[in-house]
Amino acid sequence: MNAVHVLVSDSGALDVDAIRRDFPVLERKVRGLPLSYLDNAASSQRPRAVIDAMSHYYENSHANVHRGVHTLSQEATDLFEGAREKVRRFVNARSTREVIFVRGTTEAINLVAQSYGRPTFGPGDEILVSWLEHHANIVPWQMLCQQTGATLKVAPITQSGEVDFDAFAALLSPRTRLVALAHVSNALGTVIPVHRFIAAARARGVPVLLDGAQAVPHMKVDVQELDCDFYAFSGHKMCGPTGIGVLYGRESLLNAMPPWQGGGDMILAVSFEKTVYNGLPYKFEAGTPDIAGAIGLGAAIDYLESLGMERIAAAEHALLVYANERLATVPGLRFVGTAPEKAAVVSFTIDKVHPHDLGTILDHEGVAIRTGHHCAMPVMEFYGLPATARASFAFYNTRAEIDRLVEALHTAREMLG
Amino acid sequence: MDLKDLYRDVIVDHNRHPRNFREIPDADRRADGFNPLCGDKLTVFVKLDGDRISDVSFNGSGCAISVASASLLTESVMGKTIAEAEGLFSQMHQLLTRDDVDIDVSSLGKLGALSGVREFPARVKCASLCWHTLDAALHQQDQVSTE
Repeated sequence: MNAVHVLVSDSGALDVDAIRRDFPVLERKVRGLPLSYLDNAASSQRPRAVIDAMSHYYENSHANVHRGVHTLSQEATDLFEGAREKVRRFVNARSTREVIFVRGTTEAINLVAQSYGRPTFGPGDEILVSWLEHHANIVPWQMLCQQTGATLKVAPITQSGEVDFDAFAALLSPRTRLVALAHVSNALGTVIPVHRFIAAARARGVPVLLDGAQAVPHMKVDVQELDCDFYAFSGHKMCGPTGIGVLYGRESLLNAMPPWQGGGDMILAVSFEKTVYNGLPYKFEAGTPDIAGAIGLGAAIDYLESLGMERIAAAEHALLVYANERLATVPGLRFVGTAPEKAAVVSFTIDKVHPHDLGTILDHEGVAIRTGHHCAMPVMEFYGLPATARASFAFYNTRAEIDRLVEALHTAREMLG
Repeated sequence: MDLKDLYRDVIVDHNRHPRNFREIPDADRRADGFNPLCGDKLTVFVKLDGDRISDVSFNGSGCAISVASASLLTESVMGKTIAEAEGLFSQMHQLLTRDDVDIDVSSLGKLGALSGVREFPARVKCASLCWHTLDAALHQQDQVSTE
């Protein structure tokens, strides 16, 4: 891919106009107005390169993987495993044996709960999460607790939306079997300083899972440098397809874990007397995988790398700074989550205008944002709010779109305030 | 589809100044309604005199559509019999969900202001939550969820 020559200007910054032309959906209109898509934390959009990679695969090379000796099966296998290698390089895993394809972050976390936790956790054991987790990093652990008798511990957050490190450290106990933390909060955008948390956990020999769904699309993630044990993320939040995601796991842990689903692909030999499981990563990939999804994810990684994760992070931070400045001028607007380190996510409320009404009114102005509890009801409960409005930016967003958001908020206030 | 069809003056007024927005401490019936999608939560209180609704009120929090709808509900069923209130519930259900049924909107009085909600499928549950909650209260169920 030679897109890097097109999409990065001489100054080294991203050329957002050129980038926007890569995203077909950004050309569409909503209710007669250009679309301002500011709901990227829920799901990002796809560049043509991703759509084309998947179409090309289906039109030319589709067959089942790891099975046939015919040409198409070999091509499909090469493309699928090539995508795994792209993921490995992207997050700097030691080996592709540590890269498990799953449906998404949610499935990755459930896999760890059921395969790592369920066989060995018992009454008195503790799993430590934080108050700002997405439901996907709460409910699988609650289910595990019901199954094993383990206890879920919750590290509190501060008014600014940061995980209270001292309280977290105090909750680490000899009974803590696993720490499961968001890398970036989906509801508030807080970037959790995970190095510190991981170091504290590892000092006690406690393994750490990071929910990286909101981090991987927006910053350089290196699992070896993080020194975490599990890292989960989703394709659809990083310009890739829905239905594909990744569980990175430390090989020594994955080796010791039993399969969590049985079927084809995860076996070496099956008889009614004894079945021999396949090695990593296939042991955890029962059944025909989402081949096109993995190929699309690989294309998304190519695309993001052609822009450069550092440039993406810088562009999105500039949008966050601009959005904060502009939104602060809206009367009655209250920011929810004001941590100093944030991804490009702004959660807010407006006096006398319910977030749900904001969502409808903004949609009429062509501006798409998320309103509701953001699958993080404990966070809403912490702030005593039923819901917030959340604008979340990607590198293809512009200042003009933020201006449209602000204008639409004024319209909403005039209409309902 | 104009936004003004959704946020008509009656709706805006009842959102800003909800009627019968209070608790009835000695209510004969009450039920909680919850819409997990948007976090709308409301409680409907009913005081009965035989089979007649002698007082009705609500409290809680929600979007403009759900608050205005609940406010309009209390005005429209006040003094009605349980059977009459259930008849209104059925008419409102059709008004909000059926575009193949001709409803005489004028017979609904101010409730007709909610007819625009039908054009906004994502918001129908906001308008119907209070009616389902009233229905639950009248049938002595404690909780209702629109999801």
